[in-house]
Parts: sequence; structure tokens; C-alpha cells
Amino acid sequence: MPKLLIRNGRVIDPANGIDRVADVLLASGIVRGVGENLPSRGAEEFDATGLIVAPGFIDMHVHLREPGFESSETIETGARAAAVGGFTSIVCMPNTNPVNDNAHLTRYIIERAKAVAKVNVFPIGAITKGSGGEELASIGAMQAAGAVAISDDGRPVMNSRVMRRAMEIASSFDLPVIDHCEDINLSAGGDMHEGKVSVRYGLRGIPSCSEDVMVARDILLAEVTGARFHVAHLSTRNAVAMVAEAKRRGLKVTCEVSPHHFAIHDSQIIPYDSNFKMKPPIRCSHDVEAMIEGIKSGVVDAIATDHAPHSVTDKIQEFERCPFGILGLETAISISLERLVQPGHISIQRMIELFTTGPANILKLNRGSLSPGLPADVTILDLNSKWTYDVNKSPSKSRNSPFDGYNFIGRAVATIVSGEPMWQA
Amino acid sequence: MTKGLLDIEALARPEIESLLERAKYFQPLQQMRDKRLELHVGRLVVNLFFESSTRTRISFEIAARRLGADAVSISSQGSSVSKGETLLDTVSTLSAMRPDAIVMRHAASGAPHFLARHLPIPIINAGDGQHEHPTQALLDARTILDNRPSLEGLRVAIIGDILHSRVARSNIHLLSKFGVDLVLCGPAPLVPQELKHMAPGVTITHDIREALRETDIIMMLRVQLERQNETSFPAGEYSRFYGLRADNLALAKPDAIVMHPGPMNRGREISTEVADSSRSVILSQVENGIAVRMAVLEKVLQ
Repeated sequence: MPKLLIRNGRVIDPANGIDRVADVLLASGIVRGVGENLPSRGAEEFDATGLIVAPGFIDMHVHLREPGFESSETIETGARAAAVGGFTSIVCMPNTNPVNDNAHLTRYIIERAKAVAKVNVFPIGAITKGSGGEELASIGAMQAAGAVAISDDGRPVMNSRVMRRAMEIASSFDLPVIDHCEDINLSAGGDMHEGKVSVRYGLRGIPSCSEDVMVARDILLAEVTGARFHVAHLSTRNAVAMVAEAKRRGLKVTCEVSPHHFAIHDSQIIPYDSNFKMKPPIRCSHDVEAMIEGIKSGVVDAIATDHAPHSVTDKIQEFERCPFGILGLETAISISLERLVQPGHISIQRMIELFTTGPANILKLNRGSLSPGLPADVTILDLNSKWTYDVNKSPSKSRNSPFDGYNFIGRAVATIVSGEPMWQA
Repeated sequence: MTKGLLDIEALARPEIESLLERAKYFQPLQQMRDKRLELHVGRLVVNLFFESSTRTRISFEIAARRLGADAVSISSQGSSVSKGETLLDTVSTLSAMRPDAIVMRHAASGAPHFLARHLPIPIINAGDGQHEHPTQALLDARTILDNRPSLEGLRVAIIGDILHSRVARSNIHLLSKFGVDLVLCGPAPLVPQELKHMAPGVTITHDIREALRETDIIMMLRVQLERQNETSFPAGEYSRFYGLRADNLALAKPDAIVMHPGPMNRGREISTEVADSSRSVILSQVENGIAVRMAVLEKVLQ
């Protein structure tokens, strides 16, 4: 692999406390150094003057749909969308068909990604067989095959006893347990956040308490088992408060928030437009404020997209018949800049942490910084670039984004994976 | 109203007034020997009912024919919907046959709104899930105005399963636009507090006596405790706490009228005695349905 010198950018590497104009040298797929007068003979150069050079961004919550739902997304197309969105690593949920609940499938995903994906792909294994919520999956074998966490995302483990056992095992393997926190009895039949807006539209509600009771349960089980517990796509005010309290008490509890949960509230939804339908649902303004507060205060550890492609056929339907989920990979950075950094809620350094060291530490990925010797994954940002998101030009196979047509300021302009530019604006 | 009629919420008060006025003009027609006008000869209205309905579908059919238009009705049984075709494809296909309007009933809230975003044909909502049933609210308003000089300042109690009722939502929007004092009443799981924010002038009580006291208009809703897949209220206790009977009707104003969108569950939300009493205007509602739907169709076919 050739050498690449990224010249004269503003290097922000939170893990190493770096924020200054410098060069970054990448060679043979690893970071060689950050500084001036680096031994760059023979290196290709990338002029990053006026740009931000950051460790490669990591999205710890995506759905790649392969195997099983290739008409919505594949490992190849999802990874390409990730590269366009500025992500060098993505972590994929196990709700494929078949479910990734065994080492064979975990290995298959890793091998397939090596062959076709432009970015690094890390699989998450299922907690239970077929994510059926009853019999535990082969957790240790999946970890040995390369799974970085376990989760029954989308089909939360309702049986608390099963969850307790899963946490005990995960704890003994030092594997994080990621839960999509939803009491499916409380949320049954719901299509959007329960509140004034759902009542007005005559749509059945998904109450905040359906998330809160499971966050509470899981925190209590994490305390009993000593497990590392991570709340996926946290969306309610009470859930943030409970995670904050768990952290104060020294429990190994972390959480992620998805861009749509801090960017939109339920009264901004276009009525019955399925591009606003996902789980957890777009919550009310009170919850959106709490997401931003949680991000500011440090309770939130990571921003993750919950990139959930669904084919046009599936999404162009009556609202209550449509599947849950929206695309996220290509808009996450721009939404975060617009809603978090530009209004002054957080610094650009903090935003970079949420996309790099945050997820890397939760999943122990040994990435997320520009320390010499780490894989040469770099995301280059232009905070002033004006652009419009056109979902029809997305490399994703699906088109389900509520942000189609949005004008943004700031984006990733280059995605470098293992020292190789995989995408450039 | 731009093209079709999707909901009451988006209608301005003058638009509602003009529809009610036009409906009044059509009312006497129902008593005549020849009930057919030749106003819209050659126009075609398709009634597309994805959910079973007798009165609304027939009322729309009759309304279209009385305007001189042709009406074709399709119900979901035996249609392509049961063959797995998507809603959008079904309605696009029908649109290609060039009807002038589609009247649609669908079990999913917002289904007509979704179609209206993708298709140019005017759509008249004949009830979408738990969202709205605009012509029902118009015929209810027409019926109230046949009994009262104006809507302004009236006290109206809507009693029953408000949460799941499209009739209630359309009535709340319509009556609120006319300055009505609205009381919503029913068991707590079926009358959530969020309903207060739907429109100005709405209050909530879970005590039917409070709702009935000094009220001018009583709208009872059909309660289908058995159709929900959960128990929102113990079925055996419903009529005791939320049924309208002669004894609690006495709490209302002496000239208060009793309405019901039908079909009624006699003995559950309304006693037979009340349903058949002189206070009941339930059959006038049905009759007014035709005049109101003629007004709506006429406006859309223009």
C-alpha cells in the first residue's frame, strides 16, 4: 500500500489531545505520525488546507440487510453509503435473514465485507437464537469469529431472565450487550410517538414509557451482572436521566443517540409520510432538548445512525403498514454539525469524539484515534461546504430519508480507509 | 378545499359554512317525488371502500346520482387489494379510468392523505382509520343547525371511545372552529388528556354526569370494546358508567338533542328508550348525509 501524506489540515484527534494544523502520514495501512516534516518521501499528497483531519468516523449502529433483504441494501451498497457519509467503520446489526446468531454467519459477513466493502465492517451477534428472545445464541463463538457486541436489535429480549443470563455470559467474555429498549407490550400496535400529535393524526402511539421501563430494567440487570450495557438509539428524557444516574453510580452503562432524535420532533413530521417512521419514533420537543442536553453533558457516548434501509415498495404505503426505519449514513455528520456544533451546543472536538473514541471505546475497536500504529482510517471534513442531500443519488439501495432535499453546511469530503481514499467529494 | 376533501382540520370556517348552506339547499329535494338533479351529468364518482360500510357508501352513491353523476362502488372483497396489490397501485389503476373523484374509506389513518400526495385525482375521505370522517361532521353540523339557530356558544358533549373515533376528531375540529364549548367524556384509556390540545374549547371529563349537565347537544359514539385487541375498559361496566339513559339524559338541557353516527349498540352506549325518543335526531343525521354529500361532491366536481 502506498504512502499518503495529508498536508496542512487542522488535525483534531481527541484521544491524543491534538487540535492544530499539522500533516498526517499514513503508510502500509497504518498511521505513521502526526506533525511536521514527516518522512514522506514518495508519498502521495492530499492537500487538506482549510479542512479538518479527524480519525475515521465509526457508526456503531447500521443495518446492512445482507443476507436476506438484498433488495433493500447489501454489504457493498451500505458500505459505499458509509464512505460517502464519512464513515470508515460501520457496525452491523444481526437482524438479517437468517439472523446473525452463529459464528458461521458472523464469519460470512466479515469475509463478504472484506471482498466487497469500501469501509470496515464489524458485525454484532444476536443475543438469542433467531433473535427469538428465548434460547441464547452462541455468544462466545460469535465473539471468537469477530462479533464486537451482542444485540437483538429490533426484537428486544422481553424475558428478563433471558436478558440476565445473556448479560452474565457477555460479562464473562467482556462483550457489550446492546439493547433496543422497548417493552413491546406497551408499544404494541404503535406507529409514532404517543402524544398530542399521534392523537391528532389518529395514529396509535409508542409511549416514552415503553422505552423507559426497559432502560430501567436493563440498568438494574447490568448492576446485578456487572455487564457492559449499551442503550441503542436512546430517545427519551427519562432514559437519559437514568443513564446519567447509572454512570454516577459507576455502572458500565453507555448510550448512543441517533441524529433524527436530536434533529426533529413529532410536530415537524410530514403527516403520514413514512420517511418519518422509525423505532424509537421521532419524540416530542421535550425529548429532543433532553438529547441535546445529554450530548452536551457527556451522558451520551456516541452518535449512531440506525441506518435502516427499506425498499421504495415497502415504504410507499399507508403509514401504519410501512416498516420502521430510515437511512442515516450520508446525513449524520451534516445533521450533527447543523444541530449540535453550529448552534454552539458542543465543540467540533466533542462532535468528533462522539463519532470516534465514543463508539471505539464501547466496542473496544482499537480505532478512533490517529495514534501511530493504528489502522490508517481518516475522515476529512469541510465545515464550510454547502451541499444538498439528494437521496436519489445515494449509493444505498433504498430511498427512505426524511432529509431528502435538505441544504446543509459542512460535510465529510474524504473518507480514507487503511490509508486508501475510498471516497472524495 | 382545493381538490378533494381530506379532513375538516384543514378547512376554513367559510368553506364549511358554504358547504352547510349548499346542503340546506339540497335538503328539500329528499322530500320530492323526483329527487334527481341534472347538475353533473356525465361525471363519474368511484366509491372505493376498503373497509365495510353500508350507510356511508350508499349515502355517497345516492348523493352522486341525485346530482346526475354516475357512481360506481367497489369494496375490498373481491378487488385486487385482496390479491396483494398495493393501495397506490390500486388507486392509480382506477385513476387511469378517469373518474372525476374518488370517495375512499380505508382502515389506515392518513391513507387518503398518502394517496393525495402521489396522485392528482380529487379524493374525498369517507373515513380514514381513527383519523377523520369529514362528511360525518358536516352532516352532524347540518343536523344541529336544523335544531338550533347557530353553533356559536353551544355546549356539545361527545361521549364514548374518543381515542379511536374518526367521527369524534372531525367533529372536534369542526365544532371548535365555530366556538362550541366541547366536552369529551369516556373511560380514561379511551379519552387521553392529549385530546385537550386538539382544538380550542375542548375539555375532558371521565364522569358522564358532568358531561351531560346543561349540555345542548349529546353525541354518543359507537363503542367497540370487542374490536380492540386489548381491554380498555371492563366491557360489563361500560353501559353503567358511560351509557346514555333517560335518567342521566335528564341532566342535560330540556331541549337537548341526542345524536349517534351509527351503527348503534342498543343497551351499551345508548338505551333503546333514548335512541327512539323524540330527543333523538339519529335518523335526521342519516337523511342529512345525502344533502351534505351532494354539497361536497358538487364542490369537488366543479
